[in-house]
Amino acid sequence: MRCHLIDALPQVGGQLSEIYPQKPIYDIPGYPEVKAQTLVDNLMDQIAPFKPGFTLGERVESLEKQDDGSYVITTNEGTAVHCQVVVIAGGLGCFEPRKPEITNLEQFEGKGVAYMVKNPELFRDRRVVLAGGGDSALDWTIFLADIAQEVTLIHRSDSFRGAPDSAEKVVELARQGRIKLLLQSNITSIQGNGHLKEVSVTAKDKSVQILAADHLIPLFGLTPKLGPIADWGLHIDKSAISVNTVDYSTNVERIYAIGDINTYPGKLKLILCGFHEAALMCQSAFQYVYPNQKLSFKYTTVNGVPTF
Amino acid sequence: MITFTIEDRDGTRQALEIPEGINLSLMEVLKASDYNILATCGGMALCATCHVQVLEGLDALPPAQDAELDMLDTLPNAESDSRLACQIRVNETLEGALFAIRGEDH
Repeated sequence: MRCHLIDALPQVGGQLSEIYPQKPIYDIPGYPEVKAQTLVDNLMDQIAPFKPGFTLGERVESLEKQDDGSYVITTNEGTAVHCQVVVIAGGLGCFEPRKPEITNLEQFEGKGVAYMVKNPELFRDRRVVLAGGGDSALDWTIFLADIAQEVTLIHRSDSFRGAPDSAEKVVELARQGRIKLLLQSNITSIQGNGHLKEVSVTAKDKSVQILAADHLIPLFGLTPKLGPIADWGLHIDKSAISVNTVDYSTNVERIYAIGDINTYPGKLKLILCGFHEAALMCQSAFQYVYPNQKLSFKYTTVNGVPTF
Repeated sequence: MITFTIEDRDGTRQALEIPEGINLSLMEVLKASDYNILATCGGMALCATCHVQVLEGLDALPPAQDAELDMLDTLPNAESDSRLACQIRVNETLEGALFAIRGEDH
């Protein structure tokens, strides 16, 4: 069997490479201690003889079942992969912008509300309200100060934990009157008529002011979500995919789920368990990849790696 | 026994009694007590889905460290009494405290 790996992140390794590459892990058999990235590097060495394919930095958007039962997977970039079996090893899911709790916020998405700045020119000579206190809120406030007609930054705290240089710059811009800085404040509602027009801001002392705004950019970091996986007809239980522990198959034939993304009675979110789940999944997947062959179980100690 | 109170999203309050020396985080205790919290990242202060507000007893808790403060700072609905349950060890400092569950649910 051959495997093609698609990951929304620009590198392999999921949480290990992206979130805690330098953290030591202590519960991998055979390694009293191993750094997360080292484990990923070693795994890449170990799988190299099997020549897997990689599509990185692209997110799988759709699964399309073919007449013969196989699947065509398509990514957000339009990459299509034809396969006999789909294995979802999506971990926490994919990271999406965290949205503040404003009742009609989603109604204005694409109509003045955006969670990232793709093209700063869009904001030229417009009135822009940003919300958040992290690095991206600070950086975009500084950047847009030169482009937009009016920039307001709203932050719930009275201090910034972002880069001190950026924080100082933002405070200085506010002192010069080039931006408006509203600290200890939260956006409580937004109004508009088809397109965003106003943002209501409530300060700590409960005073409310209404800002005229063409754009609102909430920048509150990223939060893991299931994303498109939720739309594939799979049984979802508390944001995880229910599987049969016989082979970690889902309720949809030829679709498996392994690792942190799955759930079953007794589930433990351990890397160790992910390996075990993968081994059983492969044994089961064989019947779809080679329907006319009988699978004979082999040990590497007897046959070596190349016979696999 | 350590006794503290949890206020669920619907406002109902329940006292929890936890044996001393249990060596669990508040997030782990909440999950084990069948509260509806995601705790997606498993306790690494990375997802903030175990966000709680400490309505009583905040000052008795050991202060939040940088990783927790950084994550709290990204939350739009965090207040000055906000903490991440995964970063709070369950020990005698929680005696008499009142926590309100705030993180997004399933």
